[in-house]
Amino acid sequence: MPREHYLNATYGIRSWLLTTDHKRIALLYLASVTFFFFIGGTFATMIRIHLLTPKGLLVTPETYNKLFTMHGVAMIFFFLIPSIPAVLGNFLLPIMIGAKDLAFPKINLLSWYIYLIGGSFVLYSFSTGGLDTGWTFYTPLSSVYSNSAVTPAVLGVFINGFSSILTGLNFIVTVHTMRAPGMTWFRLPLFVWAQYATSIIFILGTPVIAITLLLAGMERMFHLGFFNPQLGGDPILFQHLFWFYSHPAVYIMILPAMGVISEIIPTFARRPIFGYSFIAGSSIAIAVIGFFVWAHHMFVTGESTYAALTFSLLSYLVAIPSAVKVFNWTSTLYKGSISYDTPMLYALGFIGLFLIGGLTGLFLACLGLDIHLHDTYFVVAHFHYIMVGGAVMGYVGGLHFWWPKITGKLYPEFLARVAAITLFLGFNLTFFPQFILGYLGMPRRYSSYPPEFQVLNVMSTAGASILALGYLLPMVYLIWSMRYGAVAGPNPWPATGLEWQTASPPITENFEVTPEVTWEPYDYENRPDLGLAIHGAPSPAHGDD
Amino acid sequence: MQSDLPLYPDQASNFAPNVDALMIYITAICAFFAVAITAAVIYFFFKYRRKDPSDVGVAIHGDMRLETAWIVVPLLLALSMFGWGAVVYVDYRRVPMDTLDIYVIGKQWMWKVQQPTGLREINELHVPVGRNVKLILASEDVIHDFSVPAFRVKMDVVPGHYNTMWFRPTKAGRYHFFCQQYCGTNHAIMGGWVTVMEPMDYAAWLSGSSDATANPVVAGEKLFVEKACTTCHLSNGTGRAPSLNGVYGAQVLLADGSTVTADDAYIRESILQPQAKIVAGYQPLMPSFQGQLTEEQIIDLSEYIKSLQSQPAPTTGSGVAPATGKK
Repeated sequence: MPREHYLNATYGIRSWLLTTDHKRIALLYLASVTFFFFIGGTFATMIRIHLLTPKGLLVTPETYNKLFTMHGVAMIFFFLIPSIPAVLGNFLLPIMIGAKDLAFPKINLLSWYIYLIGGSFVLYSFSTGGLDTGWTFYTPLSSVYSNSAVTPAVLGVFINGFSSILTGLNFIVTVHTMRAPGMTWFRLPLFVWAQYATSIIFILGTPVIAITLLLAGMERMFHLGFFNPQLGGDPILFQHLFWFYSHPAVYIMILPAMGVISEIIPTFARRPIFGYSFIAGSSIAIAVIGFFVWAHHMFVTGESTYAALTFSLLSYLVAIPSAVKVFNWTSTLYKGSISYDTPMLYALGFIGLFLIGGLTGLFLACLGLDIHLHDTYFVVAHFHYIMVGGAVMGYVGGLHFWWPKITGKLYPEFLARVAAITLFLGFNLTFFPQFILGYLGMPRRYSSYPPEFQVLNVMSTAGASILALGYLLPMVYLIWSMRYGAVAGPNPWPATGLEWQTASPPITENFEVTPEVTWEPYDYENRPDLGLAIHGAPSPAHGDD
Repeated sequence: MQSDLPLYPDQASNFAPNVDALMIYITAICAFFAVAITAAVIYFFFKYRRKDPSDVGVAIHGDMRLETAWIVVPLLLALSMFGWGAVVYVDYRRVPMDTLDIYVIGKQWMWKVQQPTGLREINELHVPVGRNVKLILASEDVIHDFSVPAFRVKMDVVPGHYNTMWFRPTKAGRYHFFCQQYCGTNHAIMGGWVTVMEPMDYAAWLSGSSDATANPVVAGEKLFVEKACTTCHLSNGTGRAPSLNGVYGAQVLLADGSTVTADDAYIRESILQPQAKIVAGYQPLMPSFQGQLTEEQIIDLSEYIKSLQSQPAPTTGSGVAPATGKK
């Protein structure tokens, strides 16, 4: 390990709370999103225990409604959306392109404080009466009828949105202006492409959710009629505005995870990624088309048949770039030199789970099926396969992949593999039965249910207990490894990206000398510096760009 | 009968077999891709596992033919899913003419159902086998959703809107209906049972009771007078407002030159927001009745207006009363 690095360059609480180093800010985010993950996870555990019996085991219906609402708000707005961009993206994006920091280091710190303020409002709501509107805040339930602490929660999510916008702005400017010499657009790591696509959504989508929630809050506080029909408003308008952001928000959660997977697979298959430009382009395609599918959340609201047909068709189109990624990742394994290291287990697990999550999206995009499946457990299973099976697997896999870089230490490999496999099995046992529950017609957000649904619910709860263990394990050994782990060295895997060219942990300025990039991404053939056997002649340029 | 762990609910409506066939089609395609890709991943994982720590893989950067194939083939398959789904959906949204119309009102946290005779039910819905049934859905407070899994149908119940849904029950029995749009504290118990009866049984059940005041047409006529609608809506068309005789289902020419079909939603809007659509040749004089009528009263008025089919309105009810009908 280097004698001086970003972790020990300065000491004291002020040196952390007033830092402008993107790596330290990433760690501040890591601590805060982990805190919200723990809160959201606790609610999830209580939900699953409650649903062991048809009448509900643990809490009153009122409390149950608060549990699933607060689970959703904590997980989506304060864990999933910031997780990969604000933790891994913050840490890695400047290093990956050979920069000293993000373009606006102070704004970067500001975004973390905004996140904290938003989070405090939401925690205030949770602890003073809770929130029972569903994370979707549908009006007029949220704006008129709910008796829970809606106003602080809405303000908290509103404030938190600015944190996302600032992060997106910072990333876009950084990628455009701060790339090292030789780091052309088509040499960018695919993780950077994914962060770039995500940032576009941050900037274009987040203002819409902000204004929407503000309107709902004003209707609640000042009885202005935006969505309440008794005041001349239209509740369906809220849904259009809400999903205009919240569907792209799904891509905010999954695109960065796809970026992580696109880094892990070539590293542990030790060969160039198959179809670099198709994977990069599909991220942008998802970000763009993703803005035009929102009303597929509204097929049963009574929206016009023509609108439904249009949005169904567009929803099928957005599936194609995701399919392209999966095919390219799979092909990258072909004739690779594949190792079983933990990040690779997460990446392969991601492919399996994202495959199911993505394919079940085709069922819900189908108008004829959505009539039956809408708002059932099928939907719950589908989006958990995307968000937990996809986004969280990507995040945890990425944490393992870059943990040696972030901390300079290695985690215990055997335990980490056990955790990865436990998570995969526990996840499937939790959520696969919910597809069947959904087709049988069990509605989501039910605190009690007809007895014929019990067997599948018990299976799901059993899976959740395994899943919870799978999450606790990494929390324990990753913290343990910070003190007791073996020293990692600059490039333990080895991998080809710029972040592996500097020390672990990096120095505050990231690089001693600004690097110059002379190689193509994921190019093991022309990298004698990695100390690997190289067979065959140096390869020509990409076949596909 | 189904096993203890069924994979699909009862098939009890005209839509159920279509939806299930579509489900099987999409499941088959998705299962094929899921299995094929997973098999490829596992095969590559073992076949190309690293033998020596310093090994590297073969540098293959891409292949345009492959990329084209896995864009075009999934696209075509996706379009076939879209097409079939659209066919089923259009059928679902196109309500036939000859329907049995039943009003369903959702409120936190119960369902009020009104049969064509005015017979009222709470959290119960009786329908005959083989008849096209149209549900006209209204909400008194928040958004609800009326869903019958055995029929594979579902429609949101939105305050300020009338939504309609239809189905043709095909199998007698009792089936769950659920509120499927989260609506607050007791959302999970805002459900009930649809009882599908043989037509004879349904008729007997309907007539098994008598209560003249429950007849919506009679109640609506009374309201029509009470609310002074008769002052302007003269039946001979000479009033300050258009005659309502035969208006239901007809094309109405509006002041802006467009036409609109006078359906349930139009009648409702004309009562609550009269200024929204002005009939050609008339002044926007009518006051809004927003907040002055309950959903049930709006239904009664609508039923009365629907009964004005160019003939004198019935002045006596058919005589029905609260049911103790078969459950």
